[in-house]
Amino acid sequence: MALARVVLEVRDLHAYLYTRWGVVRAVDGVSFALREGETLGLVGESGCGKTMTGLSVLRLLPEPAGRIVRGQVLLEGEDLVTKSESEMRQVRGRRISMILQDPQTSLNPVFTVGDQLVEALKLHHREPAQALSRRAEDALRRVKVAAPEQRMRAYPHQMSGGMKQRVVGAIAVAGEPRVLIADEPTTALDVTIQLQYLTLLKEIQARTRLAMLFITHDFGIVARMCDRVAVMYAGRIVESGPTRALFRAPRHPYTEALMASVPRMEAGMARLPSIEGQPPPLHELPDGCRFAPRCGHADDRCRREYPPTFPAGPAHEAACWRVEPSAPSR
Amino acid sequence: MLESRAIGAEPLIRVENLTKHFPVTRGLLFTRTTGQVKAVDGVSFTIGRQETLGLVGESGCGKTTTSRLLLRLERPTAGRVLLDGRDVHALTGADLSAYHTRVQAVFQDPWSSLNPRLRIRDTIAEALVVNRRVSRAGRLERIEEVLHQVGLSPGAASRYPHEFSGGQRQRIALASALASFPELIVLDEPVSALDVSIRAQIMNLLKDLQAQQQLSYLLVAHNLATVRYIAHRTAVMYLGRIVEHAGTESLYRSPLHPYTKALFAASLPADPDAPREDLILSGEVPSPIDPPSGCHFHPRCPFAMAQCSRVDPELKAAAPDHMVACHLY
Repeated sequence: MALARVVLEVRDLHAYLYTRWGVVRAVDGVSFALREGETLGLVGESGCGKTMTGLSVLRLLPEPAGRIVRGQVLLEGEDLVTKSESEMRQVRGRRISMILQDPQTSLNPVFTVGDQLVEALKLHHREPAQALSRRAEDALRRVKVAAPEQRMRAYPHQMSGGMKQRVVGAIAVAGEPRVLIADEPTTALDVTIQLQYLTLLKEIQARTRLAMLFITHDFGIVARMCDRVAVMYAGRIVESGPTRALFRAPRHPYTEALMASVPRMEAGMARLPSIEGQPPPLHELPDGCRFAPRCGHADDRCRREYPPTFPAGPAHEAACWRVEPSAPSR
Repeated sequence: MLESRAIGAEPLIRVENLTKHFPVTRGLLFTRTTGQVKAVDGVSFTIGRQETLGLVGESGCGKTTTSRLLLRLERPTAGRVLLDGRDVHALTGADLSAYHTRVQAVFQDPWSSLNPRLRIRDTIAEALVVNRRVSRAGRLERIEEVLHQVGLSPGAASRYPHEFSGGQRQRIALASALASFPELIVLDEPVSALDVSIRAQIMNLLKDLQAQQQLSYLLVAHNLATVRYIAHRTAVMYLGRIVEHAGTESLYRSPLHPYTKALFAASLPADPDAPREDLILSGEVPSPIDPPSGCHFHPRCPFAMAQCSRVDPELKAAAPDHMVACHLY
């Protein structure tokens, strides 16, 4: 099967925050490509830069501290980094949408759910009010909100967390975007509701061929949702590849350690392997590999020189000296 | 009732038919009660010495209210919590002080559980002063001792909470819980605010401390895998009631209650090749103000029968060390 076409390509993206404490290199040379109908998982611990990567793509970095310093964000070949703010407004919601963690903050508490959906639909459809509100009802029905006619008149506080996140999902796809960035969309939901929501996102994707960038720290969600995974550590992608390859044979020591430290349901009460220490602060990054201080395999070169990205298998790469093709097996 | 493993001896904690209803009121001046939220509705269990009981369920199932009743942060509407055979809500004077040293708590959010204006040593000292277990002279020594036990350097004592990361703060919260030589620590979602790699550190620490200091834990959590690693026995709650209660091994190997099964199916394993038992529940947890008749779970249950909406199933033994409240068994 031929590969689907690339809709979003991020090349060598650097997004920094200029703060009182110094320059925080939140996104420090990130590259990835996202194909039509594909889900790429962006995983990593808090503060590794995954949310900042998502915000950079939409040019929604916190002002005035945040700035894209270098790199390109190519949406169907057009560079978003060089676009003006008014041009970006034509992109957000229409071509790229985003779902955030907390549905409470994504919805406006003083407007009804119906009003907010109609607002989003106006982006795409120039129609009389009545037709728009019929469309809004349909959109609610498609995200499986029960009794959509009544829910149209409800305010966000009258709905449960799971329902609100469905409404946010309906708004996000109302403009028929090509790319959806989902930033921990189910973290605030209970597990049974989370599974309902993930299933719903998959259905929407199957219908619309959406490309999804799924930001999460939960490997269970990655295993269920993603075709490919990129693992971030301290502002950079340290390993990326097909989901199965990454789970079965992780090549970067960080990925390996992270996978091992996930508690598993099938295991007994044995001790969990843990990664000692903590990630380096993003305003005081070491010169060499950023994982070296916590890595059991690190040597002098690791501490001196940041490793380039080496191929580690089919469509699989890792930034680690141990993966270097000519490297003697250590 | 399922007994803890300590045979013969009285368990450390015995909870009998514990019930907590919160009134729902209307009106400002002439308030009248229009209903009751049945947060905890007749819950019984025991916790033995050096044993961990896991309490799992989704938000609103009553697991946190149960833990607050154990901590005396709420008064029960009915039922009792017995510590060594004595009702903790009837304690006064010296017995009450003793209770406060014997039972401690660690909460979910290490950002809000530490006073930002107190140095770490003062936070821990506060726990010691209140509990009068250590003399003034021995205080500093005890502070350094508990910091060492949770893996922090003595230098941490003179610093402030903002200088620490989430994982370290959770260690500090644990240190101040340990300071008064407790026998039971109530852990309310102790790792859910932490990152994956830090989570494993704290979970291992909790297990080490339990072994070293003969602690008992009540672990309240929604993450089933976390409970699997720490708890000896696990109780599953739904709308204020325990629907299944068993040895953790037995519960995870063969869950019986349809709700437990659905909960397991929904907790996604970190394995792309894991079999997908898709038991996707429809709908959401109903309101605890007006819970469904009979078995509270019947409107969402794929196996519901005619009697489920009428008859409330009792918690009864379905296998050795395995109790379930379901008409299927």
